[in-house]
Parts: sequence; structure tokens; C-alpha cells
Amino acid sequence: MSSTLMRSSALRSALRASAPKASTRAGLAGTSFVRGKATLPDLPYDYGALEPSISGKIMELHHDKHHQTYVTSLNNFSEQIAEAKAKEDIQAQIALQPLINFHGGGHINHTLFWENLAPKNQGGGEPPSGKLSQAINDGYGSLEGFQEKFNVALAGIQGSGWAWLVQDTQTGNIQIKTYANQDPVVGQFRPILGIDAWEHAYYLQYQNRKAEYFKAIWDVVNWKAAEKRLK
Amino acid sequence: MAASTYTLPPLPYAYDALEPHISAQIMELHHSKHHQTYITNLNAALKSQAEAVHTSDITTQVSLQQGIRFNAGGHINHSLFWQNLAPANSAEAKSSAAPKLVKQIKATWGDEQKFREAFKAALLGIQGSGWGWLVKVETGNEHRLSIVTTKDQDPVVGNGEVPVFGVDMWEHAYYLQYLNGKAAYVENIWSVINWKTAEERFVGTRADAFKVLKASM
Repeated sequence: MSSTLMRSSALRSALRASAPKASTRAGLAGTSFVRGKATLPDLPYDYGALEPSISGKIMELHHDKHHQTYVTSLNNFSEQIAEAKAKEDIQAQIALQPLINFHGGGHINHTLFWENLAPKNQGGGEPPSGKLSQAINDGYGSLEGFQEKFNVALAGIQGSGWAWLVQDTQTGNIQIKTYANQDPVVGQFRPILGIDAWEHAYYLQYQNRKAEYFKAIWDVVNWKAAEKRLK
Repeated sequence: MAASTYTLPPLPYAYDALEPHISAQIMELHHSKHHQTYITNLNAALKSQAEAVHTSDITTQVSLQQGIRFNAGGHINHSLFWQNLAPANSAEAKSSAAPKLVKQIKATWGDEQKFREAFKAALLGIQGSGWGWLVKVETGNEHRLSIVTTKDQDPVVGNGEVPVFGVDMWEHAYYLQYLNGKAAYVENIWSVINWKTAEERFVGTRADAFKVLKASM
């Protein structure tokens, strides 16, 4: 990764990396499309930049292999579903929908995840401010109280999945929600901050000691990016 | 009122016995850490459940069910998995150790290769954590074979279902060795399937297949 790709704001860099016509809707800011194709967004920091919380090897595999596979598969199944639509083949469209959900979700989730992490020297771990800080203190007493609740949610995921701080689009309230596999935060809820609890996100470094990963990741959470997602 | 306490069943081979197909490091973590954690959490949940039954606390009983299903499933699945693997150079790891099962596989899928292709496709199609199983389904006096995938730690415990062999598709089962290359893991696992165990489960009953669990009480 060239140093020109290292920018101070993860969110802004993902926006810049996206194609001119890309949607800038909240929560999808970094999802880039080129002629209708999803592409792997550049990381806004080096693979080794989140050490020691997350090893460079994990970051490289996670971004360059896992995220890339979701992008490739999403494009493949998007093409198939477009063909099925053209042929008015409703059975094929329905059969493809779970694959769009899974791979499209994988692309969305990872794009948001890279944005809401940052190296310590780029603001990683600096506590939130403003409206988000207020909402967290109101709901959880303190940032520490919130992190404790969030880590309980992460530890309680049975299988692969994600934990998110979300905002209810109807009430504006924030809450912690877990999602199975690559189910993305869409519909009633708006993603504010996500942590990947798939084993590939930590296993090479932490093995079965996932509680240590959940504790260490707060040192590289980009609260500035999270704040920008809050409406 | 005391709840059953389950203990970790010993592996029927050494941690490095499945090398080079599954590394000793994976086997040791998988058995002594992951499987042990399911058992520890299961025992704690069963203890809480026994107390909730004793105090007629129905809401607590219901709230414990998902945790019991997950952790008991983890214990059941791993106990069956260790038994249906064997060192690659052993006689058990050859499909010739399962003549009756292979006959039915051929009758169902055409030949052994087509069955393996279908099983591999099922394993690679799992979205997230889960397992792939070859299952014997008893229907009256007949039985048939079916490839089944289950999510997370859901066990194969349906009426008339006998798990013949299973493959763990959680990332912890292969990641330290295969990284994101799970297709290679799915290819190599065939070298260490214990066909002798598979044959015994195929010709036996559900109780036979699950006897390893009884021994761990």
C-alpha cells in the first residue's frame, strides 16, 4: 500500500476511493462501485498500523483475501441475479438472494469496519466527543460501561457474526445489536460502529482467547468515524 | 437434583496423528480449549437449569435453552468428529473399511467421487460457522443417506437421524494451517475420515452413534 493512501480520516478516504456516482448514503459511504461493480476499497492505513491490537498478517489476509472474496462473489452473484431478472426467472432470483445478502453484507460490513478502526497515531482509541459521547453516557453511564456491555454482546455471539452500535432510525436512540454471519445493518437501524467477531478476525493472534481481542480492539477504534455516522 | 456433569473425552489418537492434513497445533487447541469450553459452559448451564427446575422458575428455564443447545451441540459435534477421524496411514482411513456404507453411497450418488464432490460443495456453501454431515435417515423399515449442513453448533439429533460422519467448518478447525484456503482443508479432510467408524454408525442405531457421549457422564 502506498503512503499516499494513508490519510487522516478513514471515512473521507473511503469516500475519495469510491467512484464518482457512488452512493453517499449513511452507512454505505465507503462502498465503491465502478460501472456497477463493487471493488475492494483501499485501507486508510498500513496493514501493520493497528499492531499490537491486530497483527499485520491478520489485517492483510482479512482485507486482501477475505474482503476481496466477498467483493468477487458479490459481483458474480449480482451478474447472475441481473440475468435472472432479465429472463424474468423469479425462482433463480429468490435462490440468489441469500448469496447477495451474505456476500453483499460481507462487503458492506468490512468496508465500514476498516473505516471505524484507526492506528493510535491517527486517533485510534481516542474517546468519542459531542453527540455520540452524550448518547453513550446517557445510555451506559460511561464509555467504560458501554465497552463492557459491548464486549458481553461480542462474547455471546454463537458462531460467526458482528456486534454493532446502531442508531434506531425511528427514535434516534442508540443500542448494541449482534448480527449473524454477514447480515448487514440495514432497514430500521443505522450502523455506527462495528466489530468483527468472525474467527478469521483474530484467530492467528489470539486463537481461542477471543476476550483478549475484544479488549484490545478498543485501542484502535476510530470514534471520529463513528461520530460522523450518527445523525 | 444434581445435574449431569460432562467431561472431555480423550482423543483416540495423538494430537499430531492427523498431520500433515490437520496440524497438531490445531488439534490441541481444538480439543483441549474449544471442546473443553463447550463442556464447561454446558455444565454451568445444566446446573442453572437444575436449580430453575427445582424452584419452578420457568422463565429462567426457557432463557437457558439456547445456551444449552449451543454448548451441548458443541460437545456432541466434537465428540462425534474426533471419532470419525483417523490417521491417514491407518486401515480405518480407507473407504474399503466401510463396504455397506460405500454400497449405499454408490446407490445414492452414482459413485464415490460424485458423493465427495457433492459433500465438498455443501461444505463450501456454508455461510458462517457450521458443520457438514453425512446422515442416515430412518424412515420406517427403510433408510436413506443425505448430506446435511447445520449452522453454528446445531447438532444432528432429529427423529430417525443418525450422524455417520461430520466435518467441522468453523474457522478454528483449519485457520492456523489453511488460512482463507478452506477448499484445501475440505479436500484434505478426505485423507483422515475414519470409514470404520462411519460404517459402524451406518449399520448401527442412534444410541450406538452417541455412545461416546454416555461414556463422558
